[in-house]
Amino acid sequence: MNKMNSLPGPNDIYREVLPNGITVLTRSNFNSPSVVIAGYLEAGALFDPDEKLGLAEYTVLSLMRGTMDHTFDEIYHALESVGAGLGFNTGVHKSGLHGRSLAEDLPLLLKLLSEALTTPTFPKAELDKLRAQLLTGLAIRAEDTSDMASMVFDKVLFKDHPYSRPEDGYPETIKSIKRSDLVKFHREHYGPRGMVIAIVGGVKPEEAVRQVKRALGGWETKGQREVPALPPLKPLKKTVSKHHHIRGKSQADLIIGTNGPMRRDPEFMSASIGNNILGQFGMMGRIGDVVREKSGLAYYAYSSLSAGLGPGSWEVSAGVNPQNVKKASELILDELKRFVQEGVTADELADTKANFVGRLPLSLESNGGVANALLNIERHQLGLDYYHRYADLVNEVTAEDVLTTARKFIDPDKLVIAAAGP
Amino acid sequence: MKDHLIQTTLSNGLKILLKEVHTAPIISSWVWYRVGSRDEVQGRTGISHWVEHMQFKGTDQFPANILDKAISREGGSWNAFTYLDWTAYFETMPADKIDLALRLESDRMSSSRFHSDEVASERTVIISEREGHENEPLFLLGEAVQQTAFRIHPYHHEVIGDMADLRTISRDDLYNHYRTFYVPNNAVMAVAGDFDTKSMLGRIRELFEPIPAGGDPARLSRPEPLQNGEVRLSVEGPGATSYVQVCYRFPPAPHPDFFPLSVLDSLLAGPSNLNMFSGGISNKTSRLYRALVDKEYVVGVHGGAQATIDPFMYTITMTIHPRRKPEEALAALDKEIQRLKDEKVTKEEITRAIKQARALFAYGSENITNQGFWLGYAEMFADYSWFETYLDKLSAVTAKDVLRVANEYFKPQRRVVGTYIPLEGKTSA
Repeated sequence: MNKMNSLPGPNDIYREVLPNGITVLTRSNFNSPSVVIAGYLEAGALFDPDEKLGLAEYTVLSLMRGTMDHTFDEIYHALESVGAGLGFNTGVHKSGLHGRSLAEDLPLLLKLLSEALTTPTFPKAELDKLRAQLLTGLAIRAEDTSDMASMVFDKVLFKDHPYSRPEDGYPETIKSIKRSDLVKFHREHYGPRGMVIAIVGGVKPEEAVRQVKRALGGWETKGQREVPALPPLKPLKKTVSKHHHIRGKSQADLIIGTNGPMRRDPEFMSASIGNNILGQFGMMGRIGDVVREKSGLAYYAYSSLSAGLGPGSWEVSAGVNPQNVKKASELILDELKRFVQEGVTADELADTKANFVGRLPLSLESNGGVANALLNIERHQLGLDYYHRYADLVNEVTAEDVLTTARKFIDPDKLVIAAAGP
Repeated sequence: MKDHLIQTTLSNGLKILLKEVHTAPIISSWVWYRVGSRDEVQGRTGISHWVEHMQFKGTDQFPANILDKAISREGGSWNAFTYLDWTAYFETMPADKIDLALRLESDRMSSSRFHSDEVASERTVIISEREGHENEPLFLLGEAVQQTAFRIHPYHHEVIGDMADLRTISRDDLYNHYRTFYVPNNAVMAVAGDFDTKSMLGRIRELFEPIPAGGDPARLSRPEPLQNGEVRLSVEGPGATSYVQVCYRFPPAPHPDFFPLSVLDSLLAGPSNLNMFSGGISNKTSRLYRALVDKEYVVGVHGGAQATIDPFMYTITMTIHPRRKPEEALAALDKEIQRLKDEKVTKEEITRAIKQARALFAYGSENITNQGFWLGYAEMFADYSWFETYLDKLSAVTAKDVLRVANEYFKPQRRVVGTYIPLEGKTSA
């Protein structure tokens, strides 16, 4: 098989914008009798008032709890009887949807999606059940060292910025949300404008688009709110350390990091390559080598870059024995210093470039992988030929680009050090 | 699901399964060893998993950090898993780079170094891995339930092993375990993807046939005696949420009752997905969801079994509703179990379970890694035909079969019930 032919591109991605504003992207794959749908709407947690944080998530999770035509049980009976799945989630900017079924059941999947989005009834009894589930989830989160370290990290790094808030809210905010809040949130923020849906699998493009049109082409709403602009970030003035105590745990989670680029920033690719060398490549890069392989301090120790529509973060994470938090922090800080002082070697750069280009077919082999790629293209306006140009974009990055980018974002004297554990 | 498949055995006893799939320029290569946590005696628990870790520490030909860099450089993905009955290693690579994976696996089948300094640093890594598990209430509860359910059979301990043994297992223990079980006659190699069978088989012969056969490693075989009476236990720990696990004895995967029980699982708790790389579906119209979550005894319920060589467990896990007591949830669960024993399930429920299984298999087949996985996985507890005929066997299940197995396997005197009691800020006595 030819490698290039296996990557999605303008020759086999079909894109159409429906008259009501919904963008449909599809790519056929008849190798398996299944189909995936994935997409998003402009109804994320950015719209949540502070005192009702978690409203966007509560709303999106309520959509399938009852519609004008079907009860919660009827909706799931139809889905599960054919082995199909449909679910929703919330991010800061968007709320997402994802579903899959055998190709023959795509019409059912889209019909239920359309009902959930356009005619949810928010039945009181179901909302109460869901509230108890959300509150239990938050009680479990409060005991999870990794979740809590991450919450503490975001709170400090994104102080006074919407990104400092957890999308799933707090117990008191979830308790304060009323049915009328959900109805209002749905009325004001759900609509076809800005909605994107990708369909990948055993269906022809024109048939997929026809089916989306039939299910959602007639959806019109009035007064769908505009997404608010993000306030500016307050840069860190010095390193800030916070430890969140959770009793009775045998391991602490540690996150050390700072801000990273947005996805559309020109530095994104050089930051990704730098991050891969720092804490991904092989057995978790330089960080894994120092913290796990050489010191035996942790089962996992890696770095990650989170780059989206707004300012991102660049984080090093590790799970360590509570007694080793300080030791692991020092090792990580030393690596960050080395990273911004010395940059990366020619060999490291060549390895990572080969890794980025070589792994692409693997990340795109399943329908879900391709659907995510199509959404990535659309969300960040990368162009339908993005995956065909990808190797060139990777290969043009120089060691100097990586160093410049590392220095732009990482200042070893201005970091957030967050830990959660005993 | 029946694909063209080549099966053969090399002169040293290494079993080979090859399946050409030309949907993407990718090949997934798997080596499976018949060794897992059930092959460990007291004092050596966790040793199989630790050996798996040591297999990433290098050979003379591929020293440690050369190894992972080489795979990553070629855009490959690789990992390994240790389980009750088996240990598996895979590499999924761009098709033109698969030779690296084949050379690596043939080399580490017999030439891993197990340097003592590597053993020392891996000891603390694995202890850290276990400490991470211990942070999770469901790990603590599951471990207690499993060791209670199996007193005699070596399924009694967790794959990660007991902390006492992780502190004392020596370099020589590890190396002996490796040399005993990592022999070609105790392994299965399975490759799926974009290759030509003839040249792939030729290359495998070239690389693997020179490895000499070893003795046939004996596996521990201590059958668990019949349990005569329900056992209840509790685990206390941090948190604010209670959990209950209820475990019934389940037959091994090759047993004919495994199939009616799979149908039963599907309608009781939602279909379990036996494959590792494609997830499951929701279970919101399963009987247990309707009876327990809809009625607000619990906020979540899951059930499932594993495909094993010897009888293992069917486990139902309930996350208790904050306003309920564990006993109330258990009573509601028991009502549903009783219903299964009293009433025949409907034809529609069986048809539904089969369609669910068909969909889950379809999702799994999107991915070459998963296709490679199934080739060898089924060999670990049965053979590949178990997988090929799975849907046919499900289709043959009748309501009468389901009623019979419900009565036979869901007996209260054969179960273990474990409760996780959250201390909510209090300290354990």
